[in-house]
Amino acid sequence: MDHIIEIKEVLKKYEDFTAVDHLNLNIKKGSFFGLLGPNGAGKTTLIKMLVGLLRPNSGDIFIKNQKMTRDNVFLKTKMGIVPQHINLDKELSVKENLIFSAKLYKLKRDPQEKRVEELLAFSELKPIENKLSKNLSGGMQRKLMIVKALINDPEIIFLDEPTVGIDVNTRRKIWDMLKGMKDMGKTIILTTHYIEEAEYLCDQIALMDKGKIFHLDTSKHLKSNLGTFTVEYFNDAKVTEYKYFQSIEDAKQYTHALCGNYILRDTNLEDVFYNFTNRKVR
Amino acid sequence: MEVFTILWREFLFFKKRAFKITSSAVITPLLYLLAFGWGLGSNVSVEGFNYMYYIIPGIIAMSTMNTSFNAVAIRISVARLHEKSFEYYMTAPVNMYLLTLGYVLSGALRGLYAGMIILSITYLFGVYIKITFSFLFICFLNSMLFAAFGYFAAMTINTHYDMNRFTSFVITPMTFLCGTFFSLERMPNFLKNFIELLPLTHAISGLRNIALENITNHFSILILFMYFLAFYALGVYASYREI
Repeated sequence: MDHIIEIKEVLKKYEDFTAVDHLNLNIKKGSFFGLLGPNGAGKTTLIKMLVGLLRPNSGDIFIKNQKMTRDNVFLKTKMGIVPQHINLDKELSVKENLIFSAKLYKLKRDPQEKRVEELLAFSELKPIENKLSKNLSGGMQRKLMIVKALINDPEIIFLDEPTVGIDVNTRRKIWDMLKGMKDMGKTIILTTHYIEEAEYLCDQIALMDKGKIFHLDTSKHLKSNLGTFTVEYFNDAKVTEYKYFQSIEDAKQYTHALCGNYILRDTNLEDVFYNFTNRKVR
Repeated sequence: MEVFTILWREFLFFKKRAFKITSSAVITPLLYLLAFGWGLGSNVSVEGFNYMYYIIPGIIAMSTMNTSFNAVAIRISVARLHEKSFEYYMTAPVNMYLLTLGYVLSGALRGLYAGMIILSITYLFGVYIKITFSFLFICFLNSMLFAAFGYFAAMTINTHYDMNRFTSFVITPMTFLCGTFFSLERMPNFLKNFIELLPLTHAISGLRNIALENITNHFSILILFMYFLAFYALGVYASYREI
């Protein structure tokens, strides 16, 4: 297997709280890998350890067969990072932000200008290239953060909840951008608590909770293992119950006894997550 | 490479805020000059020198200290605690000791700029003091060491409010105690000995010796340089600890 990232027995604790609990994970080169879980599941902590912002208490992280440490400059040149919070240089314009990143990544002058222009075109930010980043909308700031992470043409891109807090239209546009990045052959690691985002974008999804990955598969397999169809109904105790079925016939058969107070629908990842943890993702 | 990148970024910042930066760097020292120099001190002499001539080196040293400290301390603390843009440096392939040097140098240039503006103002008012290469070098070294101190301070605080500790307990006392406005000769010995350890004392006495007596005090330059090295090393250490 051609694994670009290997995580071995990684443990991260904050005093008494275990954020990542002896986690093992391998990620294939060129894959779009999703980490799905509720707030506090340990997704961001894991990403921070992968990019060298946090040190694990124990365990090892290997990227491209090299141990990831805080001062591994070579590996840092191979990565692009989009953190959860907006971390743009607010006093700089869109274009200046990109040039600044290019300089930090030590791109030479000619390739630097070419790369900045390419990314402005790719992100459709060219018309507002001279606008200060602090004056951009939330969606535009997110877009700029994503292309900023591409400045060094990285092999691996870490996206920590890249669409949190932005409107549906912009989110869809960002999804298109991310798909475009996947088509460029990048390995993408995405954390999200948006079910539909993980389903739409990711080849492989890891369901994470309480610092552990408790299921890892494709979206399709995760759902089909549980049951392709879901019947959702209010029971006599006024609590929503879920039943999962492999065939629509079996599901319909089951609904006959439910007096009409039910929903019959396709199973989604939230059902998978809920079934394993009894806890909604959002 | 990192040094030039940071200088480029800070130059853009300066260009966009040139008026605000210049006016805020000028206003306090100008008020001191007006109040203590032309106001109170017009008929006073200290250590045999006209008071106006006496305080100008002190005010230049104080101004370079304040401007360089604030330029870096505010910039880094905002980037680190508010904008979170400092995190970006830590994930980029940068050498932290060069990044630190870039910020210290940019702060020092801001300090030197403030000092030169004060000097220009005194010239406009017809007060001419002697300027040599050593005078400018001391201004620059003083700016470098306080920019490095500002960087270190910004890297160690947990909230913006914590910065008050550094300004209240370090910067402000030095402004008033290190001989900016008066001679240290009548100070009690124990206090005088302590004040003579402080970097601003050496910056002020170094500048004053050149401006008033055309004497270059190499010992003060050495002390300032040692302070710079110490604060820079602390800043680099704090940067690596941040990762």
